[in-house]
Amino acid sequence: MSGYTPALMELIKKVEATRPARVEKARKGEHFPALTMEQRQEWLRQYHPDYKNDGRRAVEVGVNKGTVYPEEVSTLLESKSRLNTKCVDLSKADYETDLLVIGAGGAGTAAALAAQEQGLKVLISTKLRHGDSNTVMAEGGIQGADQEGDSPYFHYLDVIGGGHFSNQPGLVAALTNDAPLIIHWLESLGMMFDKKPDGRMLVRHGGGTSRKRMHSAGDMTGAEIMRVVRDEARNRANDIKVLEFTPAVELILDEKGSCAGAVLYNLETKEYYVVKAKSVLIATGGFGRLHIQGFPTTNHYGATADGVVMAYRAGVSLQDLDSTQYHPTGAIYPEQNVGLLITEKVRGLGAQLLNTEGEQFCFPLEPRDVESACVIRECMDIGKGILTPTGRHGVWLDSPMIDMIHGEGTVRKELPAKYIQFKRYDIDISKVPMLIYPTLHYQNGGILINEWSETTVKGLYSAGEVAGGVHGRNRLMGNSLLDVLVFGRRAGLKAAEYVKTAKLGSKLSLSHVEKFNKEIDKAGIDNGIESPLLLPDYAPEHVKARQIS
Amino acid sequence: MADDCKKAKTLATGDRTIPPPDAKMITIYIMGREYQVPETLTIMKAIEYAGYSYTRGCGCRGGICGACGTFYRFLGDYRLRSGLACQTVAEENMVIMQLPFFPANRPGYDLEQMTGDAHEELRRLYPEVFKCVGCGTCTRTCPMDIDVMDYIALMKRGDLKGAAHKSFDCVMCGLCASRCPAQISQFNAAMFVRRIYGKNGLPVAGHLAKRVEEVKAGKYESMLKEVSSMNPEDVKKLYVEREREPDMAEAGKWMPKDTSKL
Ligand SMILES: Cc1cc2nc3c(=O)[nH]c(=O)nc-3n(C[C@H](O)[C@H](O)[C@H](O)COP(=O)(O)OP(=O)(O)OC[C@H]3O[C@@H](n4cnc5c(N)ncnc54)[C@H](O)[C@@H]3O)c2cc1C
Ligand code: SF4
Ligand code: SF4
Ligand code: FES
Repeated sequence: MSGYTPALMELIKKVEATRPARVEKARKGEHFPALTMEQRQEWLRQYHPDYKNDGRRAVEVGVNKGTVYPEEVSTLLESKSRLNTKCVDLSKADYETDLLVIGAGGAGTAAALAAQEQGLKVLISTKLRHGDSNTVMAEGGIQGADQEGDSPYFHYLDVIGGGHFSNQPGLVAALTNDAPLIIHWLESLGMMFDKKPDGRMLVRHGGGTSRKRMHSAGDMTGAEIMRVVRDEARNRANDIKVLEFTPAVELILDEKGSCAGAVLYNLETKEYYVVKAKSVLIATGGFGRLHIQGFPTTNHYGATADGVVMAYRAGVSLQDLDSTQYHPTGAIYPEQNVGLLITEKVRGLGAQLLNTEGEQFCFPLEPRDVESACVIRECMDIGKGILTPTGRHGVWLDSPMIDMIHGEGTVRKELPAKYIQFKRYDIDISKVPMLIYPTLHYQNGGILINEWSETTVKGLYSAGEVAGGVHGRNRLMGNSLLDVLVFGRRAGLKAAEYVKTAKLGSKLSLSHVEKFNKEIDKAGIDNGIESPLLLPDYAPEHVKARQIS
Repeated sequence: MADDCKKAKTLATGDRTIPPPDAKMITIYIMGREYQVPETLTIMKAIEYAGYSYTRGCGCRGGICGACGTFYRFLGDYRLRSGLACQTVAEENMVIMQLPFFPANRPGYDLEQMTGDAHEELRRLYPEVFKCVGCGTCTRTCPMDIDVMDYIALMKRGDLKGAAHKSFDCVMCGLCASRCPAQISQFNAAMFVRRIYGKNGLPVAGHLAKRVEEVKAGKYESMLKEVSSMNPEDVKKLYVEREREPDMAEAGKWMPKDTSKL
């Protein structure tokens, strides 16, 4: 029995037909030729979503007017507010707080804890439940230079080199300097790190690291971090109040242009609430659910770039938001594994990428962005992709080769998690190949911040995946969990300082939203979209066509 | 909020199911109401295909957040089954009900104050744990295949290390608690046990504490300041020339040739 449909089993026969010859060649060290440097550039330019000119265009309104972003991002930035500002009564605040945190993932929760320790009252607005986030999904680990042969200095070099030297140096210095403090903080909160019997942290290398500094908690590091910090926030419920299913929809400014709160929206009762806050943190995470150019994503359900949209309307500039991390091998079958990351290790062990004819079409270990471009080209341009029963395109990743090359049992031993994730659906990846396609993984850029998580608007902070500059145009594994906690905590501390001395204005206003709407009208744009999106829409066409309202 | 009737256009599409014309359709019952959906979808995507939009009951869509706990039966079969909607394939004649929320007991506590006997603290916070009747329903219910009854038994016995490790994969979906005749909120008790074990049971990382002192004393500030104000070409050179710790090196033992930046 196999979890593949009979039609797909039929196609797998073509893969099996070419396999012996391919394995034979691989044994002799012969492989599909890699692209030349010129071809790489050409393939990237034509097929990689970050380079390709169609699918990208300049945004026509706002602070970053003229900057080229993916179509979906530009369109979103040019959309009008979902809030009818005239219908909001700002004269009366439904909630008043010292710090309003928007987004209860890793960054937001860390900020809340840090601010509470400084004596602040914190209100958290979040879209789904506390902790339903990208943070909970991180498996791999978190970096921090705490071993004797390592130091923040080397961590710094790794981060900035990995980001092709496009990162903000000050942010990288803050990130790497604070890393040991963060790991220590998590330890003191009772996180179950993987340790040796004497307490020494178990550390591993990650892509692009010069030292072994990847800390983990099994293969659910992000989930363990999230549930520990959330549990601690719940212990401090007297000072940290969480409003679930109540996302923010617009920021509120005062007459001096400082941030003074936000309008929240109860997803269930559809009411709005006015929050008056002495300081505000945007920690809404990434944008995977925009499905840039139709890509599947590894991100959670609420990753719709809301924070970027709200901040942009308030005049905050963005940085590197045109740069997106795609992982070349995301699963596209079975449906429950769609978007699931298939680690690079599979190709490292010798598995090749094959089209519907069972033929190779690229060198399997090109750099990530190039490899993604090759797969996209084969499916979209050459037309030799494989179609799944749910209408997805992809190519084969021929994992059974691994056992043939390295010996029976290698797949199970070297890739235990992936083996189980497919076995659950009756697919034995040591016997049959996987179906893959590039998947949208991480928002490299975002809101411009400084090393204290301050934005260009007074009283407004930002931290985590929604902010840009820390990783430049490419992020290394293990630095994002770190990033969200470092800059989350820094935001909480800085907000506490600010709140104690700031002179807040008395008049709450949404006029920046009205002004932004007018700018859209003036530019002659009417794309019919209302944002922040809040949730993606997955209703199929046949349902939509019949919906009455 | 003024919700006028102009329908907003949609933007995100990538997870929408687009079955080919010859897709095999199956019948499922969402809270008793019959729908036709293509085969091989997860329960979550099948529910969306039927036209529902999630607010509750959907989080990571990847089997780790625990938002999508689900009970189901097959028509004509008395057995009650459970799973995560994002990880379970919808099958013919499934009768489905999601459980997006279940009230659970969670007393607050101050971890910093808990330096005494952890087992006693557990007894104080969660006395109900000690009333487990050993029916095994929780274990049968758990979508993560955790032996819940066993971790509860370990807690009763005072083996908090065992309970912490046994419960580690818990996604806190709440399904076990919804079925417990002893009214135990197993997953919250387990969260407490893991934290107190993580803090007081696991040995402390000495090298980390030492590094924290160094960072707090500002040891790395000047180094980082220097390298972050260098011109990019010089940083590139340092990056390319940096030494790589061998994969097999024992942690804490390996030292780079240049120790001036440690
Ligand atoms: C599958 C996967 C694996 C990963 N693996 C790793 C890894 O091994 N190591 C690593 O370092 N990084 C990893 N990452 C990246 C890392 O997990 C994330 O970048 C990081 O956790 C983001 O944290 P955050 O707090 O900024 O955002 P999130 O954790 O996503 O939290 C944002 C929160 O804001 C809420 N929100 C959104 N909009 C609104 C709104 N309008 N109002 C109120 N709330 C809102 C969301 O619902 C969510 O709860 C991985 C990511 C994924 C998806
Ligand atoms: S132990 Fe309970 S809460 Fe945890 S995953 Fe299993 S059923 Fe869900
Ligand atoms: S369901 Fe409750 S009573 Fe039954 S074994 Fe589990 S914890 Fe004990
Ligand atoms: S949606 Fe997170 S576990 Fe299913």
